[in-house]
Amino acid sequence: MTDAALLSLVVFLPALSAGAIVAFDGENRGAIRRFANLTTLAVVGLLFGLVLPRYLAQSPDEAGYRLVVDLPWVPGWGIGYRLGLDGLSLPLLLLTGVVSHLAMWASAGITKQTKGYLILFLLLETGMLGSFVALDFLLFYVFFEVMLLPMYFLIGLWGGPRKEYAAIKFFLYTLVGSVLMLIVMLMAYAGSSGVAGGATFDLPTLTAIGSGRVDTVEFSGKVQCWAFAMLLIAFLIKLPAVPFHTWLPDAHVEAPTPVSMILAGVLLKVGGYGLLRIAYPLFPLGAAYFADVVVWLGVVSILYGAFVALAQTDFKRLVAYSSVSHMGYVLLGIGIWSPAAADTAAWQMGMNGAVFQMIGHGITSVGMFFLVGVLYDRVKHRDMREMGGLLTVMPRYGGLSIGIFFAAMGLPGLCGFWGEVFPVLAAWSFSPWATVLAATGVILTAGYMLFAVQRIYLGPRYIGPRGEQLVPMTASEKWIAGLVMTAAVVFGVYPRPVFDVAGPAVARITADAQTGVETAEVRKVARAENEATQ
Amino acid sequence: MSLAEMLARLADDTLRGSLPLFLPELVVVATIVLLLLGRVSGFDRLIGPAVVALVGSATACGVAVMQLDAMFAAGRTDAPLFSGLLSCTYVGVYVKVLAAAAAAFTVLLTGTTKLPDREDGPDYYTMLLGVTLGAMLTASAEHLLMVVVAIEMMSVPGYVLVGFQKGRAKSGEAALKYLVFGSGASGTMLYGTSLIAGTLGTASLDEIGVVLAAGTLPAGGTAVSLGVLFLTAGVAFKLSLVPFHFWSPDAYEGAPAEAAGFLSVAPKVAAFVVLVRLVEMLPADAAAGSGLIDTPRFGMLLAGLSAASMTLGNLGAFFQRDLKRLLAYSSISHAGYLTMGVVAFACAGDRQGLSGLLYYSAAYVAMNLGLFAVVAVVRRLTRGESVDAVAGIGTRKPVLGLAAVVCAVGLIGLPPTGGFIGKIAVFAATYAAGLNGSAAVTPWCWGLLACAGVNTVLGLFVYLRIVKAMYFEPYDGPADLPRVHPVEVGCLLLALAAVVATGVTIAPLSAVTDAAVGVSTP
Repeated sequence: MTDAALLSLVVFLPALSAGAIVAFDGENRGAIRRFANLTTLAVVGLLFGLVLPRYLAQSPDEAGYRLVVDLPWVPGWGIGYRLGLDGLSLPLLLLTGVVSHLAMWASAGITKQTKGYLILFLLLETGMLGSFVALDFLLFYVFFEVMLLPMYFLIGLWGGPRKEYAAIKFFLYTLVGSVLMLIVMLMAYAGSSGVAGGATFDLPTLTAIGSGRVDTVEFSGKVQCWAFAMLLIAFLIKLPAVPFHTWLPDAHVEAPTPVSMILAGVLLKVGGYGLLRIAYPLFPLGAAYFADVVVWLGVVSILYGAFVALAQTDFKRLVAYSSVSHMGYVLLGIGIWSPAAADTAAWQMGMNGAVFQMIGHGITSVGMFFLVGVLYDRVKHRDMREMGGLLTVMPRYGGLSIGIFFAAMGLPGLCGFWGEVFPVLAAWSFSPWATVLAATGVILTAGYMLFAVQRIYLGPRYIGPRGEQLVPMTASEKWIAGLVMTAAVVFGVYPRPVFDVAGPAVARITADAQTGVETAEVRKVARAENEATQ
Repeated sequence: MSLAEMLARLADDTLRGSLPLFLPELVVVATIVLLLLGRVSGFDRLIGPAVVALVGSATACGVAVMQLDAMFAAGRTDAPLFSGLLSCTYVGVYVKVLAAAAAAFTVLLTGTTKLPDREDGPDYYTMLLGVTLGAMLTASAEHLLMVVVAIEMMSVPGYVLVGFQKGRAKSGEAALKYLVFGSGASGTMLYGTSLIAGTLGTASLDEIGVVLAAGTLPAGGTAVSLGVLFLTAGVAFKLSLVPFHFWSPDAYEGAPAEAAGFLSVAPKVAAFVVLVRLVEMLPADAAAGSGLIDTPRFGMLLAGLSAASMTLGNLGAFFQRDLKRLLAYSSISHAGYLTMGVVAFACAGDRQGLSGLLYYSAAYVAMNLGLFAVVAVVRRLTRGESVDAVAGIGTRKPVLGLAAVVCAVGLIGLPPTGGFIGKIAVFAATYAAGLNGSAAVTPWCWGLLACAGVNTVLGLFVYLRIVKAMYFEPYDGPADLPRVHPVEVGCLLLALAAVVATGVTIAPLSAVTDAAVGVSTP
C-alpha cells in the first residue's frame, strides 16, 4: 500500500463506515454498534500496525515530514491533497485513534437514535484524524470545519438539559475562530503569490516563506502581526484559553460522556496543534510580537481555571475547568520565546513540555470524563456536596479514580507531571514572575483535585439520592479506566517515546521561527542600506 | 454595396453565424411554441406539458453544455450574434447552462408537487420557460436596448409565476407588489439607457466601452454616470440588493416555493452578467473633472451595496417565521456575497473574482433550489411552510432532513460544500483586490471582507434555525405523513449531490470558470 493510500484509508475509513451504517436497519442496534466499534478498532490497528512502523522506518524529507502525500486537487488555485506526518502530528494522531476507540467503547449507554449517533461519531473521527495529517492549509481548514457539524449534533441531540444552548455556543465560538482562520488563510495565500508555481496553500512552502528561506517572497511584519493575532484567537478559542473559554464548561457539561471524552481528549488539542503547525511557523514575526500575550494568557488560564475549579460543586464542571487550567500549561510552554536571546533551548524545553502536556492531558481528561460518566450513569447527578464514601462502596472505581486524579494533578511518576513541570521550569528565563505564578497553579491544582477526592471518594458515606444504584463497575468500564490508568503510569515513568518523537519537530519549529525573525531583521537592514545608497 | 449584397450578407451572418450559436435559446423557444400548440391541438392530453417542458429545458441545458465544452476545448471565443445585439460569450453560455438546469430541476419538481393542475399546466411551464429564455438573453445581451428587453422578458413571466395560485390573496398581492416594483425598475433602466445613448450616440456596450476608455468625452460625463447608476439600480432590483430588495420577501412568500426557488436563482445569475458587463464598459481611470464614474469608484459603490445586503439580509432572515421569507432574506444576503466577486473585479480588475462569482453561482443555484425543494415537499406533506412546520421532520423523513442540512451548511459556507468553495473564492479575490488595488479601494475591499466574515457568523443563526427545527424539536404533525415521492427524492438527492460535488471535486468546475473569465491556470 502506498503512503497516500494508507493515510487516506486511515482518515476516511470512519467516514466510509458511516456511509455503510446508513444501510443498516436502525433497530438492529447491536450490529451497528459492533460495526462502528470494529471501525474505530481498525483505525487503531492501522495506526499502530502500519502507520507507526512506516513512520519509524522512513527518513524525513527536507521539510521534516514523513509519509508525505502530494496529489493535485485544485491545481489552478494552488490547493493540493497534501498529507504527511512529523513528530508533532504523529503522537496526536495516535492519541486520536485511541481516544476515539475508547469513547466508542464508552458509547454503549447511548440508546437513543443509536444509528444517527454512530454515523456522526464516525464523521467526527474523520475530521479529527484529517486535521492532524493535513499539510495543506485549505485541507486542514476543511477537516477542522468537518468536526463542527457532527459535534453540534452530538451535543445538541444527545446532551443534557441545556444541550441546545451548549451546542449553539460551541458552534458559534468555533465558527468565529474559523472565519478568522479563513481570512488568515487568504492572507497567506495572497502573500505567497511570488513563489514558483504561483500562490499556494501548501503548508511546507508557506512555512519556508515564514522562516525566510524563500528569497523572493516574504510576509511583511504588519501582515504577520495581523495574521498571528487572528490565528491566535482562532486557536485560543479551540484550546481554550481565558477569555475565550466560556463555551467549554457548557459544552463539556451538557455533552454525553463519550463526546466529552473526545472534546477534552482530542478537540482541544487541535488548538495547540494549530498554533504549532500554522501560527508559529508561518508568522514568526507576529509570534515574537505577541510572545508576552501568549505567555500571560497561559498563566492567567492556569490560575483562573484552577480557581474556578476550586469553587465548583458539579463534578463535571470541575473537570471542565481543570481542562482550562491544564491547557494553560500548553500555552505557556508554546509561548515562552524571547527572540532577542538567540538560544532557543529553553523554548524547546517548554514546547516539548507543551506537546507532552497535550498527550498527558489527553490521557487524564479522557479518564476523568469517563469516571464522571460512570458515576452519573448510576446516580444521575453530579453534585459533589451530596457524594462521599465511594471508596468503600465502589473500591475499584474509587482506586482507579484517585489514581487518574493524581495523574491529572501532576504527581511525579504519572503522566501529568512532565507536561506541567517542563513549561514551568522553562518559563524562568522568559519571566520569573510567570514561573512563580504558574507554579502556584500547580498548588491550586493539587488543591481542587484533593478537595474533589475528599468530597467524592472519602468521607463517611454517600448521602445523595439513588445510593442503592452504586454498583461496581462493569467489565468494559473497568477495562477503559484500567487502560487509561496504565497509559498514565507508562508515560509518567517513561516519557521518552513522546519526547523522542516530538523533539526533532519541536527543534525544527523553534529554529525556523528564530531564523524567520533573524532573516527579517537582515532584510530590513539591507533594505535600509539600499535606500541610503540610492 | 447594393441592397442585395447587404441582404445576402445579413442572411449569411444570421443563418450561418448566429443561429447555430443561438441554439439553446431556440430550443427553449421551440418548447414554448410546442406547449402552446399542444394546448390548442389537444395533444397535451397525450403527452403532459410537464414532460414537454422537461425535455425542452433538459435539451437546452444539454446544448448549452455542449457549447461550453466546445468553447473550453477551443479556447475563449466571443462571437457577436445578430449584428452585435447579442453575443455568444463563454460566461454567457455558462449562465445559460445554469438557467436551463434550474428550469429543468423546477419542472421535474413541480411535476410531483402538483402545483399546476392539468388545465393550467401549459401556462405555468410557458411562463417558467419564458423566464429561462429571458435569463439566457440577459446573459448574452451586448446592447443596452437588448439588456432592457431581456430583463423585461425575464421579469414579466416572473410576475405571473408569483401570482400563479389564483385563489390565494397573498399570491395576488405578492404579484402586484412585484409588478409595481419591477415596472419602476424597468422605467429607471430605460431612462438610464436613454441618458447614455443620448450622450454617446450609441447603445452598444462594446462601443460605449471604447468611447469611454479613449477618455475623449467632451462633455456629459455626469449624464453617463447617472445613466450607469440608473442601470445599476435596475440590475440591483433583479439581484435584490439592498436598498432595492423590498419586493423579494413579499414576492417569495406569495409565490409557490418551487417558483420562488427558480426565481431566486436563474434571473439573479443572469443579472450578474449584466452587472459585470457594466463594469467592463466603464473606464479603469476617469480623468478628474469629467464627472465620469470609473471602475474603482463603481466598485466602492458596489461594495457598499454588497455589505448592506449581506448584513440586512441576515438580520432580516433571523426574525422570520415563514420559511420562504427566511429564504428570501437569505438570498438577499447571498446576493451581497456574490457581489463581492464583482467588487473585486471593479476595484482592481481582478478577474479571479469573476471566476469566484461564477463558481459561487453554480453552488448557490444548487443550494437554493435544494432548500426551496425541501420547502415545497414539506408543503405537500404537511400543508405548512413555516419554520414550525418542519419541526421534527428530519428524523421522520431522513431525505428531507439530509438535504436541508447539507444545503443549509452550504449556505452558511462550511466545507465540504460548494458554498464554502465559492465563498472562499470571492473572499480571496476581495482580499487580493484590497492588496493589489489602489490605496483608495483598499479600505473598501478589506472592510467588505470583514463585514462578510461577521455575516458568515451571523448566518449560522439563520440557517441553523432550520436544522434545529428539523432535528431538535419534537414532531407534532399528523401521525401518518404521506410518502416522499421518488421523483422528489431524486430532486433532493440531485441538489444535495451537486452541493457536495462542487465542494469536493472542485477542479473540473473551477477550470471552466477560470477559463470563462480568461484567467490562465498553470
